[in-house]
Amino acid sequence: MTANARVYALHIAVIAALLALNFLLPAYHHGLMARILVLATFAMGYNLTFGYGGLLSLGHAMFFAAGLYGAGLGIHHLGLGVASAFLAALACGAVLALAVGLLALRTTGVAFMIVTLMFSQAFQLAILHFSAFTGGDQGLVLRPQQRRVETGLGALDLTDPTTRYLVALALFTVVLFAMLATVRSGFGRVLVAIRENEERTRMLGYDTFANRLAALVGSGVICAAAGAAYALLFGYVGANFASVQYSILPLLWVLLGGAATTLGPLVGAVFMYYVVDIASGYTSAYMLVVGAALILLVLFFRKGLIGTVREHWARWLP
Amino acid sequence: MGFGPHLLLAVLEGLVTSAVLALTALGLSLVFGVMRVVNVAHGELFMLGAVLAWAVTTAVGGSPALGFAAALVIAPLIVGAVAVLAERLVLRRVDYDPEATIVATIGLLYIIQQLALTFYGADARPVPPPYNMRIALPWFGYSAYKLSVIGASALLLAVAWLVLTRTRAGLIMRATQYDRETAQAFGIPVERVYAAVFAIGAMLAAIAAVLIVPITQAHYLMGQDPLLLSFAVVIIGGLGSLRGTVVAALLIGVSDGVISMFFSPTLAKLIATLAVAMVLVFRPQGLFGKAM
Amino acid sequence: MTPLLETRGLSRNFGGLRAVDHVDFSVMPGEIRAIIGPNGAGKTTFVSLVCGRIAPSAGAIIFDGADITTLPAHRRVRLGIAYTFQITSVYANLSVFDNVALAMQRTLADGRAQGRLRAGVMEALERVGLADRASATAGQLAYGHQRLLEVAMGLALKPRLMMLDEPTQGLGDSEIESFIALVREIAASATVLLIEHNMDVVMQLAHRITVLEAGRVLAEGAPEAIRADAAVQRAYLGGGA
Repeated sequence: MTANARVYALHIAVIAALLALNFLLPAYHHGLMARILVLATFAMGYNLTFGYGGLLSLGHAMFFAAGLYGAGLGIHHLGLGVASAFLAALACGAVLALAVGLLALRTTGVAFMIVTLMFSQAFQLAILHFSAFTGGDQGLVLRPQQRRVETGLGALDLTDPTTRYLVALALFTVVLFAMLATVRSGFGRVLVAIRENEERTRMLGYDTFANRLAALVGSGVICAAAGAAYALLFGYVGANFASVQYSILPLLWVLLGGAATTLGPLVGAVFMYYVVDIASGYTSAYMLVVGAALILLVLFFRKGLIGTVREHWARWLP
Repeated sequence: MGFGPHLLLAVLEGLVTSAVLALTALGLSLVFGVMRVVNVAHGELFMLGAVLAWAVTTAVGGSPALGFAAALVIAPLIVGAVAVLAERLVLRRVDYDPEATIVATIGLLYIIQQLALTFYGADARPVPPPYNMRIALPWFGYSAYKLSVIGASALLLAVAWLVLTRTRAGLIMRATQYDRETAQAFGIPVERVYAAVFAIGAMLAAIAAVLIVPITQAHYLMGQDPLLLSFAVVIIGGLGSLRGTVVAALLIGVSDGVISMFFSPTLAKLIATLAVAMVLVFRPQGLFGKAM
Repeated sequence: MTPLLETRGLSRNFGGLRAVDHVDFSVMPGEIRAIIGPNGAGKTTFVSLVCGRIAPSAGAIIFDGADITTLPAHRRVRLGIAYTFQITSVYANLSVFDNVALAMQRTLADGRAQGRLRAGVMEALERVGLADRASATAGQLAYGHQRLLEVAMGLALKPRLMMLDEPTQGLGDSEIESFIALVREIAASATVLLIEHNMDVVMQLAHRITVLEAGRVLAEGAPEAIRADAAVQRAYLGGGA
């Protein structure tokens, strides 16, 4: 098998396995896995800037929330259908990422982290302040009839567990292959080059600012897509999804799974969810698990699960 | 009460906020300045100081003044010890790499918060002030304790200034801040300086927390606001400038007091957050720092 | 014939120091020009100004008749100004192929060359003799090979002006020999600006030499004339040695 065929075979196999799980998983795990697929998509969006682009953002919750609220408010206030609400959410993510990028990308390193943190904080405060419109602290609940898609073949009911799982998987699949194509493209190569040595890349004729901005907008759109899917599939739109915690979680998943690997975000999200799930059988100290995981990863496991596999056993992994 | 007295009250409340904020932010600024470490867990060390203050005063019992005095000594010491431990076990091992330390201190944030929740609980608990005197102003009475918080903070800041500019310890810190390698070459024990600076930074936060806790109560989530406000102070004040830190703390504290008395606190925070982000984008050396 | 590159009154101050001080300079197309001068003469600052890594305090830079003084560095590269770093600056974690591909895909995107990416990359690697190492990780190459990789990246940019900053630094004698042949070959398709300490290399390669001292042009001329110039000898070649 050529290296290329091997890469595609692996990714197709992962999708096939996830599809099989739809029929195999018991109800509780089936629901959990649908949620994980959406959040893994969020993590893939984060990975584009953090893993490949080398930009550590502490504010990606705002892009997730932009999608969440873009879709939720579109349905709630404008009476949009599911499909147009989803597209509106993508537009929200793109516009927000563009605006944030034009400002935040003027900074680097620690300043970039803090600027993104503050923008995200401001975004959450805005949601809370305009509570008449956003539902504030309480958030909004989308009614089941607002979460139906009329298609030529009949209605798609997003409250149905199987539909929900399959829609989440479809989104995950599209984003996974888009990521795979991106990181193997010339653009992906330039992004990694900027991460490795910005000055050198500039002297090869690349506008490093424009490339980073493009990556951030792409990332914003993916995260917004995940946010919109979350709103549509689970029917709840809340301000806590814009909190710092939801900026830290994708960082944690990506670090755990392996930064700058296509499958790392999925592996990290699955692993973390199940660690917390299992740990919650013994202790309610959810934050302790997250905190300890972050510190241990940084101390002993910088490359994450897939990153370590790639380093030692499978150099061909994208 | 007319507008004038109202404003005076707002300014006084703002000064109390500023006093505590200046100490907390000075801790963050020292750590960032000397070690180039952004300590995201700084707010949790503040919270830990407040929670310990409750624990100590409760354990000591008896006269509130005695309990408070004990807390003012013991809480910062314990928080300092926690900081030294974190510095040794985590920060030193990642060689103070900026990204790794941020991720690690986020981890620390979660751990401290969870431990506080588990052992202290989700309730806000009051700590009695050491004395309950009210000073009668022509328009309203004002807590003498609050005024003494302002005084204590001013005193501590003056001491910090003297230590930083007039003593050998301050010289060593500044030398390490200026150039780690050269400092090491001149025989400065950089590792010990780092541990000490990290501990001092944490202790400043803890002292600030002990001072404020008779006014605001101790709660396991109380660390978030001081963290963000301290970031704001360090960003606006410019790095490594004690004067900038104090000026920015006054600016933010007083305007926070005044704005939230007349406007919605959420809106005030929203505008302040955006303003600080803009300063960082367009004037990264701070409003009072000099351009490189 | 108009010069390919020209600077007029080009200056750059660092604080009170005038690193480059009113330099008027021009290079004709097809030339190999060496810039020499004692340490701290402003050579690297001068080429950094030309390639746009730092902004000038005063003066103008004209490339092929167009004023590029305010053009950002990446746009200058796209016009055909390539710069190889004094301190080897390859992407240590990427493969040799990817290093050159980064340069090549830019060239293709700008239309400075046609063809397939792989073919272009391999051609550049052939020219410096690294074709058999294409899949190696750049950081694991020997130092001399990293310098060659750096040159290959420059070649893949298909430059009209190639600036080589101390290219032979740290190379062994035999490596220097083949390097000289390589620069001659590069000069067939590009103008070369060579900053070099090794006077043997300079004397063998340069058509003309510009001597900088304390940020100013001390002398300029053919290699023999420079060798004979008394002022240059005092400043640089070590008196009557």
